Amino acid sequence: MADLWLQFVLTIDATLRVATPLVFCAMAGLFSERSGIIDISLEGKMLLSAFAAASIAAITGSPWLGLVCAVVVSVCFSLIHGFACITHKGNQVISGLAINILASGLTVTIGIALFSQGGQTPFLGSGERFGPLILPFADAVRAVPVIGVIYAEVISGHNLLVWGALFSVLVTGYILTRTRFGLWLRAVGEKPEAVDTAGISVVRLRYQAVIIAGILCGFAGAYLSIAHGAGFVREMTAGKGYIALAAMIFGNWRPVPALMACLMFGFLDALAARLQGVELPGIGLVPTDLILVLPYVLTVILLAGFIGKATPPRAIGVPYIKER
Amino acid sequence: MTSAAGVAEMPAAISLSGICKTFGAVRANQDISLEIQAGSIHGIVGENGAGKSTLVSILYGFYTADSGSIQVFGEDISIGSTAEAISAGIGMVHQHFMLVPTFTVLENIILGSEGSGGLQRSMARAREEITRLASTYGLTVDLDAIVSDLPVGVQQRVEILKALYRGARILILDEPTGVLTPQETDQLFEILRSLKEQGVTVLFITHKLREIMAVTDQVSVMRGGEMVAHRNISATSPAELAELMVGRPVLIEGIWHEASPGNTVLAAERLGLDGGGAPLIDEVSFEVRAGEILGIAGVSGNGQSELLELLAGIRVPTRGQITINGHSISPDQPASPSMIRSLGVAHVPEDRHAMGLVLPFSAAESAALGYEHTPEIGDGFWFDPARLNARCSRLMADFDVRPPDPALKSSLFSGGNQQKIVLAREISAKPGLLLVGQPTRGVDIGAIEFIHRQLIGLRDQGCAIVLVSVELDEILSLSDRIMVMNGGQSMGIIDRGRADARSVGLLMAGVA
Amino acid sequence: MMRTSLPAWMDIGLLPLINILAAFVVAGVIIAMIGENPFVALMVMLKGAFVYKGALGYTLFYATNFIFTGLAVAVAFHAMLFNIGGEGQAAMGGLGLGLVALALDPVLPAFLVVLLAIPMAAVFGAIWGLIPGWLQARRGSHIVITTIMFNFIAASVMVWLLAGMLMAPGQMSPETRSFADGVGLAQMHVIFNAIGIPMARSPLNLSFVIALGASFAVWVLIWRTRLGYIIRATGHSERAVIYAGHSPQRIIMITMAISGALAGLMALNEILGVQQRVILNFTSGYGFTGIAVALMGRNHPVGIILASLLFGALYQGGAELDFEFQTITREMVLMIQGLIILFSGALAYMFNPVLEKLYHLVVFARQEARGDG
Repeated sequence: MADLWLQFVLTIDATLRVATPLVFCAMAGLFSERSGIIDISLEGKMLLSAFAAASIAAITGSPWLGLVCAVVVSVCFSLIHGFACITHKGNQVISGLAINILASGLTVTIGIALFSQGGQTPFLGSGERFGPLILPFADAVRAVPVIGVIYAEVISGHNLLVWGALFSVLVTGYILTRTRFGLWLRAVGEKPEAVDTAGISVVRLRYQAVIIAGILCGFAGAYLSIAHGAGFVREMTAGKGYIALAAMIFGNWRPVPALMACLMFGFLDALAARLQGVELPGIGLVPTDLILVLPYVLTVILLAGFIGKATPPRAIGVPYIKER
Repeated sequence: MTSAAGVAEMPAAISLSGICKTFGAVRANQDISLEIQAGSIHGIVGENGAGKSTLVSILYGFYTADSGSIQVFGEDISIGSTAEAISAGIGMVHQHFMLVPTFTVLENIILGSEGSGGLQRSMARAREEITRLASTYGLTVDLDAIVSDLPVGVQQRVEILKALYRGARILILDEPTGVLTPQETDQLFEILRSLKEQGVTVLFITHKLREIMAVTDQVSVMRGGEMVAHRNISATSPAELAELMVGRPVLIEGIWHEASPGNTVLAAERLGLDGGGAPLIDEVSFEVRAGEILGIAGVSGNGQSELLELLAGIRVPTRGQITINGHSISPDQPASPSMIRSLGVAHVPEDRHAMGLVLPFSAAESAALGYEHTPEIGDGFWFDPARLNARCSRLMADFDVRPPDPALKSSLFSGGNQQKIVLAREISAKPGLLLVGQPTRGVDIGAIEFIHRQLIGLRDQGCAIVLVSVELDEILSLSDRIMVMNGGQSMGIIDRGRADARSVGLLMAGVA
Repeated sequence: MMRTSLPAWMDIGLLPLINILAAFVVAGVIIAMIGENPFVALMVMLKGAFVYKGALGYTLFYATNFIFTGLAVAVAFHAMLFNIGGEGQAAMGGLGLGLVALALDPVLPAFLVVLLAIPMAAVFGAIWGLIPGWLQARRGSHIVITTIMFNFIAASVMVWLLAGMLMAPGQMSPETRSFADGVGLAQMHVIFNAIGIPMARSPLNLSFVIALGASFAVWVLIWRTRLGYIIRATGHSERAVIYAGHSPQRIIMITMAISGALAGLMALNEILGVQQRVILNFTSGYGFTGIAVALMGRNHPVGIILASLLFGALYQGGAELDFEFQTITREMVLMIQGLIILFSGALAYMFNPVLEKLYHLVVFARQEARGDG
């Protein structure tokens, strides 16, 4: 029984770790899409920033510099996306797709040029990444029945960025609901005409939104390569950007529900990993592939309107043209 | 502030002189001069296309006048942007509301005018201020309601509050009653009177004479881009205004001649169509016989467009029945457009750009729309461009379409020629019933005459024609009988002999 | 799409070329940044794609994949539908074809099996396209998101089946057993050599001919049938389609089914033409390349074939680059592909104002010259 509890707690622990990049990306997507710009390129931005973080951390030895570089790179590509979508009123889906494909190619190409390791970055030592924050008394408390493990595993032992992800949800929620900027942002995604006639610049707002999205994706990528992992490996994002997109949709473009969706999807991922090769009575070998496909299936069911309704921002995807 | 009696001594709220605005070849505003007394409710009436919207857009900073001067409360100003208009004290309630549907009333009102400090504090401050404004002007609204939940009349109140919150002393309302029920309209008038008592100047743009008579103090009439008259309401009448609005009818002589109608082809019984608020069509009944033209007159937005779509099968009636050549269509037995076409009905839609043609298609392809299955164009599921082009060339020759190039993109033809293509397509199907909406909108004079002759010719061959048009002279010129629609209802059917611009115009304006 | 005031030949011919050029210039800069000579790289790519023994065959082999997925995207685009699900639809096509082959090859002669397997690839792909189409038409679910999700779902299904039920007995890798002898599409070099024409070895197979046939069929469908007419009309104006008496919802579903079927046929090239068993991930991004190909080819079969050739050359040339340069791998191709999509898709009209100014300058100068001359 205690062992089962331990397994469960460890799965929760893994959930938080897996969900962290999802949360960052979901919040990023939220800012962009609430302002009316579709962002399919969460995956690509995350990949690029993962690469940037790992490379700079390897070269300079400082994970903080890596983090900063990751954010800068991600914001650059956000600006490209913004330039295409906002200034040139280009197709937002195509722009996002282009960035994803470009990211796959660019990371490996430059990676080989820099490190000659087939696209990988050098393995990072403990000083060069964000290590786990062991909270005081973690080891001592572990022995305490039931709650000891929770403190020791779930709360202690995560690195800074995991807490950063949870914090980003709070910040996102606060900005959207309690600041003037958030009010304008939400307005511009629903009815840009109302914002325009109120004398606020639609273009500037949307650029600001994609820049924030870039910053958050930068954190996501940095987490993957210099906190969770110990370096960049090609295609290391493995579709997480799309899962984050699904989580954002599942959360109906709201921060806390999106967080819940990220945690749920992360839980499914961790569960699948834990149950790999395990045989359960009555079912036999656990179909982990089916567990892993649940996030996508659930999102489709949501979009079909069979479990609740997905209500995207009304003006999303449509470039704003001043009616005269 | 000041009572109505003291108003006359104040300087004019707005003084326009010599305002001109041209868009390409269209002279939207020609030498407009206007004085609006402070603290009064001033109406501007005119038909669609008279230039009212352009004038108002100039006042609100959307456009800049090509020439002329504007004075607000005695001061010369130039209004180059919405922000400048707002700071001059001009506020506008748009026809299509500029409200964020998912926001609360409070959030919508303060958007862009939050003031400094944190949002929560700004909203608390604003709440006090807005509540004060609302009670001063008699505009009761629940500040925490979500806008999309509110009825249209209340949404409009929010728009008014928005303008007042930004310090508007002059409030422009552009066709405010188009979306309101009669009760909501009365409530709006109450609010306007209350605003006037508080010294706000109101500029009321409309084409509905009844409302002008009900609530305004002075009225200015626009026609064809020009300001044709100013009157004090107490010194005029709906009849006079109708005549000023519509002008003398331009009857293209010699086209119409006596008809010899045959059997009833189309009968509509107590048709009704619901659409969210007030019914779009209510208890409309009429008949059309072979070889006659029934003109349906009315200012746009009174249900004629929906009626035409009902008859064409694009919409399904909520109540009532349509019978075409013995085949009945009702809410229980709806008919699709293709089914209706198979009954020998042809349809020249009001909106030729969205429905009548596919603009990026070549003329030949547009000329096949709705008839792709006919043997003329192809066999089975094949589509033969050679036959298509040949057919189009024939149609273009018969209907004098210029340039007679079937391969040219539909969007590149002039309005008149586009309409001729649509007409050619529909008429060549040899229909027993032709539904036609706004046949000469955006069409030059020469093409107008051609199209009118085609319609009369078709009628003479025994076709029944339902003609919907907002152009009164077109209705008078072509129709054998005229039905006037207002507010979704039929105001009656008059024979040609008893119809003239004045009587029909009054019916159109809703004055029974 | 924005209208330009440029003459047609510039709009359809010159502008896309300039966009591709821009992509290549940026790629060249990046290549230079990593320390290689972009012009040398270009030469290597060209030789690798066309000159070396078997190169052309490989180039055309890759092009075959892109023709199928490009046609799929293009057909959907004509109805203004964004089918991003080419990967999933192709995977399902492979599944369908594999199921038929594995079930029937012990029983029926090889060529019959092939004859039955080919349409099944189309059917499975069609179903995988139809479901998102139905969701869009009847439930309003945005087709971009649903097709992305269905790509992942298809991948999961493939993994589950290939590592489970369908896995070849006794093997460890997730793939089916090989099909019976002869269940496949003959490779071109074999055919050519058999009739006496020497041709270097390459995986180019009969699917290429089927792809060309499909291109012709798509052309006929879109521009010579009533259905194609209505599909195009739906893409421009749903109101006009309703006016003409059709249901836009039905058209959307039919279009997505056709689109999915075309993507499903891509499986023929890899699975029947080369592998002769179903393997994981044989789609390897070709579905996304199809989007680039359709964009560049302006959704017309001729343009698609040309763009497929370009991308085929890119892929094959990229393999050669990988081979000859230490510092460059196949990922370089992805980079160029992403740049091409960026410039041809999202920034398609970026160079428009410059071109317009130049054009008008030239026209003006000519008029002046004629006036004075």
